[in-house]
Amino acid sequence: MTAIPLRHAVIEVADAKISFGAVKALDGVTLRILPGECVGLVGHNGAGKSTIVNVINGGLSPHQGTIACAGEPMQRYGIAAARANGVRCVFQELSLCPNLTVIENTRVMHRTLTGWGWRRRAARIIGDKLDEIFPGHGIDPTGVVSDLSIAERQMVEIATAFSQVAQPVKLVILDEPTSSLDASLATQLLDYVRRFVEAGGSVIFISHILGEILSTSDRIVVMKDGKVVAERPAGKFDEHSLVAAMGSVVKGRHQEKRINDTAGLTPLLSQPSRRGKGLAFEAFAGEIIGLAGLGGHGQTDTLIDLYLARTGSWLRGRDAEVAFVAGDRALNGVFPLWSILKNLTIADLAGLSRRGLVSEPAEANLGQAWKQRIEIRTQDLGNPILSLSGGNQQKVLFARALATPAPAVLMDDPMRGVDIGTKQEVYAILRAEADKGRTFVWYSTEMDEICLCDRVYVFNNGVIVAELKGDSVTEKNVLAASFIGAAA
Amino acid sequence: MNILVSLSRKPWIWSFVAAFAVWVATILFTGGASTIGLSQAALTFAAFSILVGIGQMFVITLGPGNIDLCVPATMTLAGTVALKFMQVDNSLILPGLVVAIAIGVAVGIGNYALIKLLQIPPIIATLSMSFIVQSTAIWTNRGLRIKPPEALATFTTETTIGIPNVALVALVLSVLAFILLQKTVYGRWIAAIGQSIRAARMAGIPVDGTRFVTYVLCSILAAVCGYLLASFSGGAALNMGSEYLLMSIAVVVIGGTAVAGGNSNVAGIWGASLFMFLVVSMLNTYGAGAGIRLIMTGLIIIAVIVVAGGRNPNQR
Repeated sequence: MTAIPLRHAVIEVADAKISFGAVKALDGVTLRILPGECVGLVGHNGAGKSTIVNVINGGLSPHQGTIACAGEPMQRYGIAAARANGVRCVFQELSLCPNLTVIENTRVMHRTLTGWGWRRRAARIIGDKLDEIFPGHGIDPTGVVSDLSIAERQMVEIATAFSQVAQPVKLVILDEPTSSLDASLATQLLDYVRRFVEAGGSVIFISHILGEILSTSDRIVVMKDGKVVAERPAGKFDEHSLVAAMGSVVKGRHQEKRINDTAGLTPLLSQPSRRGKGLAFEAFAGEIIGLAGLGGHGQTDTLIDLYLARTGSWLRGRDAEVAFVAGDRALNGVFPLWSILKNLTIADLAGLSRRGLVSEPAEANLGQAWKQRIEIRTQDLGNPILSLSGGNQQKVLFARALATPAPAVLMDDPMRGVDIGTKQEVYAILRAEADKGRTFVWYSTEMDEICLCDRVYVFNNGVIVAELKGDSVTEKNVLAASFIGAAA
Repeated sequence: MNILVSLSRKPWIWSFVAAFAVWVATILFTGGASTIGLSQAALTFAAFSILVGIGQMFVITLGPGNIDLCVPATMTLAGTVALKFMQVDNSLILPGLVVAIAIGVAVGIGNYALIKLLQIPPIIATLSMSFIVQSTAIWTNRGLRIKPPEALATFTTETTIGIPNVALVALVLSVLAFILLQKTVYGRWIAAIGQSIRAARMAGIPVDGTRFVTYVLCSILAAVCGYLLASFSGGAALNMGSEYLLMSIAVVVIGGTAVAGGNSNVAGIWGASLFMFLVVSMLNTYGAGAGIRLIMTGLIIIAVIVVAGGRNPNQR
């Protein structure tokens, strides 16, 4: 008897409903993941993507609905059951322990690594997997995680999820895996995802970068307001129809760029060439300046140096010269105990206070104005900041910087985890503010964003190796410049 | 019902519940005879814990690792030097207070200089500083017990409309501390630093300046407390601060301030300080021996912290 093996779904969530208070995070979502397919999951911030991911990895129990693994309905589904069924998750908020080494973090995720010589075995497992996914990664498994850059941490986390110790890995959930990776690392990851899927594994792939969703997924699920609003094979979507399904209108990408004649003007910000090599950094009023190049090549350090050199640690000057938008939210952005409002206003308390006392009505007005301007999705700005989804937290950090009177805003890859609709709104705000004379210095790992800038400095190995202006800011030129060595 | 629920979420409520329960238990035992005396004594002695507790609270709010162990030595030095300066002369009472405050400022500057310049963790820096300060107190005092000026001694031991004067001083300073913490830019800054020092720096907060002011503030409050306590107890003694080392930390913790920093409240310090005094006097009333008394005090403190532990630290 030659029975065709019945293809059970790796996991099947039927009619899941979850609400947090009055907010319906999931409103009857049904999702089937078959073996050997990559499912792309897209939607705006707060559409319910992270919530459905948490249901699948066992972190949240739906208030209604069923979960079945390999065709068998699960009565008690939790984190342990999810792992036993081969479900792994790479979180949007990185979840490594910063004080432990890479090896020890591997052990934390893989409890079966016990007994004599587990360090050696763990080092081999994680090292091999890193080599397999990201050839030439240069990460030392015996190093402490806090010494790694955010991109390297993301790589370790991805490799940990894909490495197989006891149970076979059947389904890996990648929640914004490329958000801190530069183009070449992202390509390596996406290639690996395809190899993994062709070998019979399944992947749920969440990203706001539609190009990679379209090129990597077999099937795309679009979510909006806690519901699945469209589900089609990837070939039936293109970028326009995908954005339309998410409920946004694609705006024209080509905006007016300004090429300012800066000769003879005094720069607003300037920094001599780093370590005596490469070009010097200069920023003039009203410019949007991009910092490009492969991730972790000194862009963030440049921003932090610019910031620290212009703000005092002992006294606060009357008017801050610069404001900062953090990319690594948990490390240098969010104040976790506070409400959304207090997080938003902390950088501009001087403008909201008289004789040292904070004016609460003025603070509330500022909060309301920004809530409407960039649509922070919450009913009450008094809610804790951590009640917001990652992208909405990022919007609050944006508002924090833009609300200050600082003439220059430094942005450290700030669009990580922000949906396409909001991105477009923020782009428009940036352009409008720049026209009013504000300067933006913008490090981004996304080429589309770099191409929006008036002028771009390209980094390699910690120094600025090239400067591109106006129409010469193109993907091709930036990529070519990323590999130029620094002139002494 | 709703009011009860929202009250039970306030981190400071538990210290008041505990203090009230112990108060009632003591009063019932004595048949109500000591109600006024016990209440006045509790307010008087609590006032001293409140003063040092508020200072310690500001420091603890700065986040993990921040603590001022120099509080007892500062109290002793300020009390000793101020009394010696006043020389039982009523006209020197206010200049004496200024001297005490100046000592607080100096100790605070010393503390933060050690922390910042030598990169020593606060727990070690303030402990080392306390040896220096305590030795200075021994050197100035030379074992003599100097009496406070008459008017100051009367002020610290008398009551106004039934409330001890020192409790009124503590009340005024508590209200100021509350305004400082909840309403001012400085209060926001220390709470921000306590949650994430890197995020605070990148939000434009002058981190070093704010921490420096906080350590100085804590030392000033300890110095004022030492000045009042020395006057209250009829003279400065070299060991007068010793019980306030643990006391200043205990009232902060029992009062519901987050030990991890970033979240603090003034009201809880009052409940906790009253509670700490009342527990001891309750056990005294019951005639418990010194050993039993210490064990019971420890157990009751643990019980209060456990009961209050169910609160949500994210509630603000």
